[in-house]
Amino acid sequence: MYLKGENISFGYKKNNFILKNVNICLGSGEVLGLIGDSGSGKSTLCKILAGYEKNYTGTVSIDGKKIPDGVYNPVQLIFQHPEKAVNPKWKMKDILNESYVVPQKILDSFGIKKNWLNRWPNELSGGELQRFALARALSPKTKFLIADEITTMVDAITQVQIWDSILDMVDELNIGVLVVSHDKKLINKLCHDIVYMSDLINI
Amino acid sequence: MSTAVLTINKGLSGGLNLRQKTILLISFMSLLLLTIVICSLFINERSLSTDFDSKNLAPSLKHPFGTDWMGRDMFIRTIEGLGLSIMIGAFASLISTLISVILGLFSSVGKIADSFVSWLVDLFLSIPHLLLIILISIGFGGGATGVIIGVALTHWPSLTRVVRAEIKQLKTQEYVHISRNFGKSRWWIATKHILPHLIPKFILGTILMFPHAILHEASITFLGFGLSPHEPAIGIILSESMKYLSAGYWWLAFFPGLSLLIVILAFDMIGENLGKLMNPKKAHD
Repeated sequence: MYLKGENISFGYKKNNFILKNVNICLGSGEVLGLIGDSGSGKSTLCKILAGYEKNYTGTVSIDGKKIPDGVYNPVQLIFQHPEKAVNPKWKMKDILNESYVVPQKILDSFGIKKNWLNRWPNELSGGELQRFALARALSPKTKFLIADEITTMVDAITQVQIWDSILDMVDELNIGVLVVSHDKKLINKLCHDIVYMSDLINI
Repeated sequence: MSTAVLTINKGLSGGLNLRQKTILLISFMSLLLLTIVICSLFINERSLSTDFDSKNLAPSLKHPFGTDWMGRDMFIRTIEGLGLSIMIGAFASLISTLISVILGLFSSVGKIADSFVSWLVDLFLSIPHLLLIILISIGFGGGATGVIIGVALTHWPSLTRVVRAEIKQLKTQEYVHISRNFGKSRWWIATKHILPHLIPKFILGTILMFPHAILHEASITFLGFGLSPHEPAIGIILSESMKYLSAGYWWLAFFPGLSLLIVILAFDMIGENLGKLMNPKKAHD
């Protein structure tokens, strides 16, 4: 399975393009790194691929088919700030099981403890919340995962733990991952292949 | 000064923490208001009957608020008037909240609906409030029904604004986008993600609308557009007592006015403190 973005152009203002004719391709089971400077359009590209931003030109497709609206999106985006990605009025167990009932195996792999489930989001740290955000996105229906600087706010040890569990799960579920980061060393360590934002835009 | 206040506070509330103190204050104020309403329901006609033997008496133990020119006990009249005001206020703010809920939700349907609601809110806010109440209550035939409808139909714009802005802000939240990406329907998102944020706003909005509704009811009754003169409403008591103020019967206006002020303050305190309980982060706003 391939997630393809073809000839994607986008600008927040008219005639002021951030992305112009960008092509990107991500295969199942592949871990692709995306490196770019601040403001180069990484996050915008992520949002377009995951269907959060609709006003672009070009096509985003999975195996040539357009991604349908209103049903579970096989492309899931994980954000940089997990505290914004959870509803502060929900208990953690509701947040975790919003899309599907997360099996115990995934909870164990991310090190999510039972007593966290009865807490409110503001009673957990950023790293802990990010594990929840990842666990709930790894449903069997997810085919591609886009990780937009998801471990930027945690320390090195937590970073290793989180990425270890992600790579395990992804391998097992045959999910393609787009890893977006500033951190070249991290990307070199994680990814099979690396693309640079500057190259994508100049094509 | 501040240490003195601190010691007084400690002396009054013992070892309670701030949360317990807030709950205590809210329950005390609610009890006060509830007592007024219940008492006003059980006052019978006889205790309000005229008694010319005891007219224009200054406040005493027998008549704590004094008596008026027909010998009626002002304390009982005040309680009766306040009870009536609170009930009108309750009804009016409930209707107003209902209108703002409907309009607020309607504004989130689409762009045209949104501009229509904003236009309606701006329209209603641009007309002087008291004038609008008078117009509507006369339009509905005056009297008690006119006042209730007038007050109910004019207090929704500010809460509608709050609800509309809140929905707009919630719709851009990442967790709402994520939920949509999980394939959840609009209705599901509205009830599960957005509604839990709105309910505290509705409750608080209703309670804080109370004092406004009561004051407006009292003021248009005072101006003579509201309830009929034989009704013991607080506005009527005040406007009647104005005629006797120059004769030195100060208690006719003073005590009912003070009671009205206390009721308004009680509602305001309940609202403010309930807000603090529901959203401790905003306690210092």
